[in-house]
Amino acid sequence: MSNLHNPASPFVPFSPNPAIQSGVASPTTPLSISQKTPQLGSSNLRYASSRKSIYDRHLNRTQRSELSKASFAFLFGEMIQYAQKQVSGIQDLEKKLNIQGYSIGQRLLELLLHREGRSAKRETRVLGILQFVAQTVYRHLFGKPADGLEKSRDNEDEYMLIDNDPAVNSYISVPREMSQLNCAAFVAGIIEAVLDGSLFPSRVTAHSVPTEQYPMKTVFLIKFDESVLERESVMPNN
Amino acid sequence: MVILSILILNKAGGLIYQRDFNEGLKKLSSNDYLVLAGTFHGVHAITSRISPVPGSGGLEVLESDQFRMQCFQTLTGTKFLVFAEPHQPNIDVVCRRVYELYADYVMKNPFYQIEMPIRCESFDRHLMAYIKPKQ
Repeated sequence: MSNLHNPASPFVPFSPNPAIQSGVASPTTPLSISQKTPQLGSSNLRYASSRKSIYDRHLNRTQRSELSKASFAFLFGEMIQYAQKQVSGIQDLEKKLNIQGYSIGQRLLELLLHREGRSAKRETRVLGILQFVAQTVYRHLFGKPADGLEKSRDNEDEYMLIDNDPAVNSYISVPREMSQLNCAAFVAGIIEAVLDGSLFPSRVTAHSVPTEQYPMKTVFLIKFDESVLERESVMPNN
Repeated sequence: MVILSILILNKAGGLIYQRDFNEGLKKLSSNDYLVLAGTFHGVHAITSRISPVPGSGGLEVLESDQFRMQCFQTLTGTKFLVFAEPHQPNIDVVCRRVYELYADYVMKNPFYQIEMPIRCESFDRHLMAYIKPKQ
């Protein structure tokens, strides 16, 4: 066991080379290479040049930093292709993208509330949490607030968040035979997780509503759970 | 500036995109367009070989009384052919811009299969938005 905690040979127990594992490593050149290469490779991947991992950095440090849209587009493209290999239908694919977004949303909610510092509060009203999504979450993700927030006329429990040109879809053209698909289902997953995490259980789906002016216009349909409306109805009106 | 037509050839000489921007053009059958692309690919390869200057990149401009054709070949071998009115300057700028649009709206589209015909709505849309105001 003491060997495990020995800082001089941190890779010994995991080395695929039996000679190292048995602890009788001789200082020949090929051995020292096999010991050093993985160390170099992993340090380049996980650590910044300052030798600090992402977890050592302050949470607010990367608040204003920007990402390349092109690299995101390539990553998101790969995510879609990966999801596409595992599913049979369009609905399944949207579900997969939704799940990928969901796990981001769960973490994002914590981060955003942490960053709000003292002014952070727990939203208890439907309108409050929707404003939070349309303003704070959207501004963090895309650098601009959502283009609209509407209440459904037909259904009491449905709200619509409108994005005229979703950043995730800007380079994506969906083929005609899959016209039902909207890859912003990924963003819908993020929104769903933020709402769920704030105790507003809901279903969020993305729908394409192309217009002359905004051919990429997307509407996120937010359908709240019954329990949310029940709670809302007994809350005092102010 | 009048752009008549734009063709995109993949590195094997197959036609992957063809679009006319002017009404006056004679329409070819889709098979003839493929033949045109394949023929040009061959001619381009021959010109780069028989050039008296070593290291030539091949045919770049073809001028006639009716039109001027500019060819722009990327480092990966994709060719962009732009047909314009004769004596039209700065067509190479158009070629580069079309290449940029291709890199953005075709290559970053996860539903596009490489080397296959381009069917991307947003590419069509942005190409139109770029060419139309020039007409």
